[in-house]
Amino acid sequence: GPFGLGRVAEPDEIAAWNLDVSPDGTGLPDGSGSVADGEQIFSDNCASCHGEFAEGLGNWPKLAGGDGTLANVDPVKTVGSYWPYLSTTWDYVNRSMPFGNAQSLSADDVYAITAYILYSNFLVDDDFVLSRENFTEVEMPNVGGFIPDDRPESEYAHWRVEPCMTDCKGVVEITMKATVLDVTPQESTDTAEPAESSAATAQAEAVPVEQAAEPAPVAEPVLAAFDPDLAAAGEKVFRKCRACHEVGADAKNKVGPQLHAIVGRTVGSVDGFKYSKAMASDGGTWSEEYLAAFLANPKKAMKGTKMSFAGLKKDSDIAAVTEYLKSVVE
Amino acid sequence: GDPLITEVQPWAQGFGDPVDATPYGLPIRFESDAVRRNVPWLTADPISSINFTPIHALDGTITPQGCAFERHHSGAIELAKPDYRLMINGMVDKPLVFSYEDLERFPRENHVYFLECAANTGMEWAGAQLNGAQFTHGMIHNMEYTGVSLRTLLEEAGYDTSAKWIYVEGADASSNGRSIPMEKALDDVIVAFKANGEALRKEHGYPVRLVVPGWEGNLWIKWLRRIEVTDQPVESREETSKYTDVLADGTARKFTWVMDAKSVVTSPSPQAPITHGPGPLVITGMAWSGHGRITRVDVSKDGGKTWETARLAREGENKALTRFYLDTEWDGSEMLLQSRAIDETGYVQPTKAQLREVRGLNSVYHNNCIQTWWVKPTGEAENVEVS
Repeated sequence: GPFGLGRVAEPDEIAAWNLDVSPDGTGLPDGSGSVADGEQIFSDNCASCHGEFAEGLGNWPKLAGGDGTLANVDPVKTVGSYWPYLSTTWDYVNRSMPFGNAQSLSADDVYAITAYILYSNFLVDDDFVLSRENFTEVEMPNVGGFIPDDRPESEYAHWRVEPCMTDCKGVVEITMKATVLDVTPQESTDTAEPAESSAATAQAEAVPVEQAAEPAPVAEPVLAAFDPDLAAAGEKVFRKCRACHEVGADAKNKVGPQLHAIVGRTVGSVDGFKYSKAMASDGGTWSEEYLAAFLANPKKAMKGTKMSFAGLKKDSDIAAVTEYLKSVVE
Repeated sequence: GDPLITEVQPWAQGFGDPVDATPYGLPIRFESDAVRRNVPWLTADPISSINFTPIHALDGTITPQGCAFERHHSGAIELAKPDYRLMINGMVDKPLVFSYEDLERFPRENHVYFLECAANTGMEWAGAQLNGAQFTHGMIHNMEYTGVSLRTLLEEAGYDTSAKWIYVEGADASSNGRSIPMEKALDDVIVAFKANGEALRKEHGYPVRLVVPGWEGNLWIKWLRRIEVTDQPVESREETSKYTDVLADGTARKFTWVMDAKSVVTSPSPQAPITHGPGPLVITGMAWSGHGRITRVDVSKDGGKTWETARLAREGENKALTRFYLDTEWDGSEMLLQSRAIDETGYVQPTKAQLREVRGLNSVYHNNCIQTWWVKPTGEAENVEVS
């Protein structure tokens, strides 16, 4: 170029980053995946936020349902009801999901997950297999539902007029007040009361569980061998966990239970968290050994856990996360 | 007399802080109100969420980086300059990779532009909800950017003149890719590395972000890592399932990039009540338009029955915030305060009723309606909707 700056991008570099997929299938790699495989992969990687049936948990996006709701008040915009192209699903899952562990899925996994999302929206049968070859044959229901920005015609011409300055309207009345809904966040000093009362409610509900569980053992022996550098490394690894778990003195339950001072804690003992049956009835203690086994392969270590995270592959990551969890006890 | 005057005060007698007490300073502790705030119930997780600029506590037009709102889709990543790479590929003579140092060797430009999230004021579609200009209008900031024009970089790679689009993406896990028409890419888009004179903050895309003047903030890719020259839009998640506008009949507008003219009174407002009683009162706010310069702002004290033209602090600047003032006398009676921006194309900021008539009630993005604050005789203000 004119400045002679920069260097030529190597083919392997372009291949590594040029991943976007277009509606006509440009950018799709070879591969395929079935609804059946997708169901398992979705359960392992996606269901903790999006639900086992892609129905969406809490505030997390719903991926299925909403058919025929777009003209309603509060339309339900899902992959099935709203997304115009299947390529968008494949592309987004491939590059940006799972949340907190992006670009960890194989092309076949992404085909399978995409197939399962189609199945969850009743757009394909349970024996469907999605592949690069049949990809563009899938037409999404709302493909014709979009128009390019028409504000210049539908709005601007009407509003580019000299505005009224006097006697512009008759009686002016207040028709709605923000304080009626009162959803404005309060400064932290003002929120202490409702937070305490909801905590109190949660505690009251959890009392029978408390009585049934063994008292949590004291955690001081683990602190003796504490390694701050390893803990710092573990804090980075813990980013994978943060989407679902909080730590710290004010930690709250999210998709997963809060993990404050978990090392040495009784398994399944956090107030107010709805555990799987397996977790609630485990009765053991989160020793470093048990935690390491669970983190390596949650579903193997505890059959029936609803934690869908696939596990940490590296032993060094497991050791680091454990050390980090030991460090957040104050 | 006033003891603050008649008696010698400690600060008039002893020492203040030495130099270097704060090698990079923060605002004095008395200004702790001027901070970003979050609305926790808005999103599932703060990793993919938004907070709001404290516009009620700011004046002038430049937003300090430290309190300029943040929007991340996968958290604010830490990307060091030595690890930074920018790739241009696709329909070009030569696909290129630039280092951060390379970017600093191209001719540089400086421009002040506003960045507004398309969802700013989006919660108010359904009616007055949040009590504070920060929460209703705080997904905006206005900074002076330093960087290289995107046209310069595209020319360096030798872009195919038949290409209609570029696709831009970030280095974070969300990638947040967006398609932009080539016409805009060659017009005024900047690959920026400084804001308000200093390096971009981590939360604003350090070390390099895209600046897309006048267009919705989602296009201003942070941690910019790749520009692909293409002949079609990618139809990515951010431009199909998000950042599209559902109309009353269920069809949706897409590619609604421009942020139309808009304004808001920042003081008085719910977080900035009148505390001084009747007499001289400065009513102030800000106005902006993605179509160009703000030429006029009108203010109404009676919910839109009568309007007065406010004073612009400076002549409006292209796609940048303009500060307006109405220097007035308050008689202590209630007011229904509104402001109305007009830009150089003659576009007049619409009422909520006008917007709803065209778009229905299901929109999320691009709500640029006239805002009303009910100022009570006590000086307190509340977010309301009026007939």
